Amino acid sequence: MIADDAPQSTTHMTSTGDGSAHELLQRLIELQQTYHHIPWTEIERLSRQLSLSQSHIVGVIEFYSFLHTTHQGEYEIFISDNITDQMQGSRLLAELLAKGLGIEIGTTRADKRVSLNYTSCIGMGDQGPAALINGYTLTALTTERINQIIQRVDASTPLDQWPRSLFEVSSKTRRKDIILNSEYIPGAAIAAGLKNGPTSLLNQLEQSGLRGCGGAGFSTASKWRFCAAADAEKRFVVCNADEGEPGTFKDRYLLQAHTDRLIEGMTLCAAVIGSSTGFIYLRGEYRYLLQPLNEILEQRRKAGLLGQSILGQANFNFDIKIHLGAGAYICGEESALIESLEGKRGIPRSRPPFPVTQGYCGFPTVVNNVETFCNAAMIAQRGPEWFRQVGTPASPGTKLLSISGDCERPGIYEFPFGTSIRDILHACGAQQTLAVQIGGAAGRMIPATEFNRTIAFEDISTGGSFMIFNQNRELLRAIENFTHFFRHESCGFCTPCRVGSSLLAKQLSKVMVGHATAKDLDEMSILGSLMQKTSHCGLGQTAANPILDGLGKFPSLFQSRLRATSFEPAFDLDASLEEARLLTGRDDPDAHLEGGGV
Amino acid sequence: MTNSFEIDGITVPFSNGQTIMDAALTAGIYIPHLCHNPEFKPHGSCRLCTVLINGRSVAACTTPAGEGIVVENETHELVTQRRLLLKLLFVEGNHTCPGCEKSGACQLQAVAYHCGMLAPEFVHFYPKRSIDASHPDTIIDFNRCILCELCVRASRDSDKKAVFNISGRGIQAHLTIDSPSGKLADSAFNSSDKAARVCPVGAILPKHKGYNIPIGQRLYDQAPISQVGDVAKHQEVADE
Repeated sequence: MIADDAPQSTTHMTSTGDGSAHELLQRLIELQQTYHHIPWTEIERLSRQLSLSQSHIVGVIEFYSFLHTTHQGEYEIFISDNITDQMQGSRLLAELLAKGLGIEIGTTRADKRVSLNYTSCIGMGDQGPAALINGYTLTALTTERINQIIQRVDASTPLDQWPRSLFEVSSKTRRKDIILNSEYIPGAAIAAGLKNGPTSLLNQLEQSGLRGCGGAGFSTASKWRFCAAADAEKRFVVCNADEGEPGTFKDRYLLQAHTDRLIEGMTLCAAVIGSSTGFIYLRGEYRYLLQPLNEILEQRRKAGLLGQSILGQANFNFDIKIHLGAGAYICGEESALIESLEGKRGIPRSRPPFPVTQGYCGFPTVVNNVETFCNAAMIAQRGPEWFRQVGTPASPGTKLLSISGDCERPGIYEFPFGTSIRDILHACGAQQTLAVQIGGAAGRMIPATEFNRTIAFEDISTGGSFMIFNQNRELLRAIENFTHFFRHESCGFCTPCRVGSSLLAKQLSKVMVGHATAKDLDEMSILGSLMQKTSHCGLGQTAANPILDGLGKFPSLFQSRLRATSFEPAFDLDASLEEARLLTGRDDPDAHLEGGGV
Repeated sequence: MTNSFEIDGITVPFSNGQTIMDAALTAGIYIPHLCHNPEFKPHGSCRLCTVLINGRSVAACTTPAGEGIVVENETHELVTQRRLLLKLLFVEGNHTCPGCEKSGACQLQAVAYHCGMLAPEFVHFYPKRSIDASHPDTIIDFNRCILCELCVRASRDSDKKAVFNISGRGIQAHLTIDSPSGKLADSAFNSSDKAARVCPVGAILPKHKGYNIPIGQRLYDQAPISQVGDVAKHQEVADE
């Protein structure tokens, strides 16, 4: 599925052109699409129009992975580099593509025709290897498909003339439960909310026990109640559709297959808290969904379910704008997301104050995950008892899981909370499983001895990522992949995360090449613990999880690669002398250190 | 009756709206910090002021004081943690204390002494960073920048100039200067700006008066930072 318009044109954009600084990020995304970089003349123009300094604008450009001050190719290609893509052969395909196009990965071809880079997980774990081309998603890549891409780039074929099959994103589900098996009735939730009033609706939500589905699990009723109670002249509803956690794609499915439920849930929230404006923060990687989402918003306006006088209620006006991200995992953190909505660098704010009292533009704001809004709509429609019929007392209802990796049937699964990992592995056809990474790179690595544990807020909490590794996999590769992911995605604001994530990656490389000693492992766990305890936000607090879980639960992975010495330098002492040997013209035995100097 | 809470067993009074750091500074209790300066909005980025409230880690500079809370500050665990954070700052930049004009009056160096950091532990990154000596009165040595954003805040909030900014992400994050060339000389910066006097390290330095005060007679040569406080505070006094 792909937008009908020529993807390279700048139609169907999200900025309203109202000249406020909040438009900056959306304007930059448009410029990147048009010029394949942000030209300096445009930076000057934006600086005048939005009254922002040029260095501020450059600061925003350099924060987001998909924005560039240097010229990228007319075809900007990003290969998804999550571990699950790699397990499906993405690295080899990327090399084939690079060879066919005649460029190095990470560069732009001299004729500016094409640029090729790796990027963090683009949310296609069930249909990878995947890539982005000028923002649009290419799925299920094969050598044959890579050749098709090379031919069309060489022929300069406009993207809208490429075979649609290259861009097909499947949205099938593997297992449905109460939520996906229920029929959605347009407007029913909003009508119920308007008829019974905010208090009754909040009570229903509270009785249902619905908790935030992004992974943190905060009570949805409490969040809405706090926001409604905050003293302010306006309030905002924000949907967090920045599904960046590696291995998760269930929000992509909901955005594609159940858009109406999401918008109904957001509208319901608006009715409860008293809001007239909502935003969907759509990750840049899901740009292909922008036009279909806008179409459904328009349909709902025509049907009286959105916009002015919703369901004929004269004083109930609420509309939704879609705001695109531009490649920054940190913007999934709710306060960083709000900064990004305001057109800025996505740096998480200090909390308190929390967004429910001071969010978008300083006004009380509800930020909920896509699944949470969808569930809220269904609870308003069907009642709290219906929701509580499955799940556990502390985690009522169900959870959508994005299952990928080593199993026969990857995809979207809806399971009641409280389901064991063993049952999930059985359902998706996973065999000889070594470990499961639950909750993405920031989540936990679960060994086979813990497969009786369950998906629940009181046991293993997750936003929905479920990546499976069988006994043929080298787990250390996954740990390395996640560690590099965090180094790339750290926003750079606080010391422990900015420096710690780089230092961890360096230490781990030392392990990978067999140069590490027991002391290096100790250093990694000390660093990891420091990052957990002192980082400014959840990213830094979880960035060391892959290494800490690896050291704690799979120590042999590391120990089998250690050197027996108590100390090993991080560099090759003999190789470091090479420059001196060249300068002095010496190459005699005394100018060399035996065994690399160790 | 005034509100109060406890830091390491000492009762500290506070008024509504004060952070733990505000109350500690008023009471003369030293909580190590680098990015905090009471004249500016708290930032919470260096994380040195991380303290424990009932076992929970929080930044003292951004966390509101609360009636009856029990704060741990100078414990073995927290000092060890701070020493590690300091080592990370040294790893990331190029800090060569013996050759630095700021030595002896540098807050990074003084906090490192306070926390007992005497030697490096990790392999340093040795980044290649430039020096901006374009301005007639002020020099910027990016090698020493610790990204505390005090100059960013001072220039934006005090001087109303927004000369300084942060660009890049993660370990690539770096200080930038708002001017067509990116050089300080072409910016709106003036050496009498507030932004010229807030740098806690030797990244922003005045020209023409190198080593005016001999080593051995500098601010932290006289007394430890826990007694004399921030270098910026003394800079203000010296300029008056």
